[in-house]
Amino acid sequence: MSGQLWQPSAPLENLRRRAQILGQIREHFARHGVLEVETPQLCAATVTDPHLASLRVSGHGFLQTSPEYAMKRLLAAGSGPIYQIARAFRGEESGRLHNREFTLLEWYRPGWSVDQLIEEVAAIARLALGDLPVERRRYRDLFRVHLGLDPLTCPTADLRAAACAHRDLSFAEADRDTWLELLMSEVIEPRLGTGVLTFVVDYPPSQAALARLDFDEQGDPVAGRFELYASGVELANGYDELVDAGEQRARFAADLRQRQALGLAEVALDENFLAALASGLPPSSGVALGVDRLVMLAAGATTLAEVIAFPASRA
Amino acid sequence: MPTYSTNEFKAGLKVMLDGDPCSILENEFVKPGKGQAFNRVKLRNLKTSRVWEKTFKSGDTLEGADVIDRELQYLYSDGEFFHFMEPENFEQYQASAATVGDASLWLREQAMCTVTLYNGAPLAVSPPNFVDLEIVDTEPGIRGDTATGGTKPAKLSTGAVVKVPLFVNQGEIVRCDTRSGEYVSRVKA
Repeated sequence: MSGQLWQPSAPLENLRRRAQILGQIREHFARHGVLEVETPQLCAATVTDPHLASLRVSGHGFLQTSPEYAMKRLLAAGSGPIYQIARAFRGEESGRLHNREFTLLEWYRPGWSVDQLIEEVAAIARLALGDLPVERRRYRDLFRVHLGLDPLTCPTADLRAAACAHRDLSFAEADRDTWLELLMSEVIEPRLGTGVLTFVVDYPPSQAALARLDFDEQGDPVAGRFELYASGVELANGYDELVDAGEQRARFAADLRQRQALGLAEVALDENFLAALASGLPPSSGVALGVDRLVMLAAGATTLAEVIAFPASRA
Repeated sequence: MPTYSTNEFKAGLKVMLDGDPCSILENEFVKPGKGQAFNRVKLRNLKTSRVWEKTFKSGDTLEGADVIDRELQYLYSDGEFFHFMEPENFEQYQASAATVGDASLWLREQAMCTVTLYNGAPLAVSPPNFVDLEIVDTEPGIRGDTATGGTKPAKLSTGAVVKVPLFVNQGEIVRCDTRSGEYVSRVKA
């Protein structure tokens, strides 16, 4: 990295690569009739997710952690397929693979299944990363293979024991999802996507976020959610989108209860988003892809600072 | 002491962990696609020098450790304790031989060094990166031999033994790098 703080941390050749990839993405969607849209980065409401820290702009609202709610309002208004290359903001996220301000490519395909969308996500990734093969791995199978545990049915104590066996932890108590998330990010993720685009599918229902619930081949409930990994890096998160306004409101309420239990600030629900769902969102698949990370892998870099001109430390 | 959240952890921050003062070496933020974030933190235990890697839930806090580095003058050793002085206010500190450790091999009386204080008492002593010390014992020099690159052991006034070029003699002052324990150059007296 260049020494002086006024200088970009990213080599100019990586910024040229970034511009090239953005151009290829826009070209792809133009060719496939997907409309480019722009939605506000500063909104009155924000996400309820207890694990996302929205940045508040005093007197104006919140910088958006993703353009998801606003884009779904467009879908409900009949936009048809849409995409956006949006800045998103997440406070308290900083590190090799995180910058508090980052670029998301988010798109929605009304009427498409998750399987169809996965094909298109792979096509976008290949624009930048070359012609890599694709594999699909079920969340449950990954835990069975790498940890010998069934993440849907094993006792929580087994998850805790596996976590303690792999990492020296500063805490002894956590809920089931925290153990699953720790094992996923610390043990399994680094092994995914070596020379291949790995799509992880069939997440546990407790990690559905904004995805619909479904049943897997054994008839167990799973979330219609997928993630893409390449070279151990999470690149994209997609859903068979939840379109049921009542179910969405119930999940928001559960988030708020968890926020309260964690002592986090209360947030108002995004009533415009809920009203859009109530008016009718077409069945859709949607996905958000981290553009900075995609460029990082394409450039053979190992930190976001190598592909972002001025990361938070120089902004 | 203040408490620090994982997002304030950065290299050099001194915190208490399991009752021991530690210095943070690295802090990596780790987050799965959705859900709980973690921080993978590398710390050095300042009492034992052992390096730990520990995983925290993001947002967890640790109490700060009352650890500061002071530039003190080394006075003398009485065999059991090493005595240091703050030259500004003449305040004195004593450190056990165990606390000083290998740093004692480079401590020259009256010279300045860095003493890490924990709750006001010495926890560790670091000599300056470069020190000039007298050779008290070495084989006689070979006059004119400056090119062959051979070396010989030389004992310094503090007790350290370094490899010096063949042409360097007993009674001369040499500059050494205390981090590598290597001879750097002769110093004109």
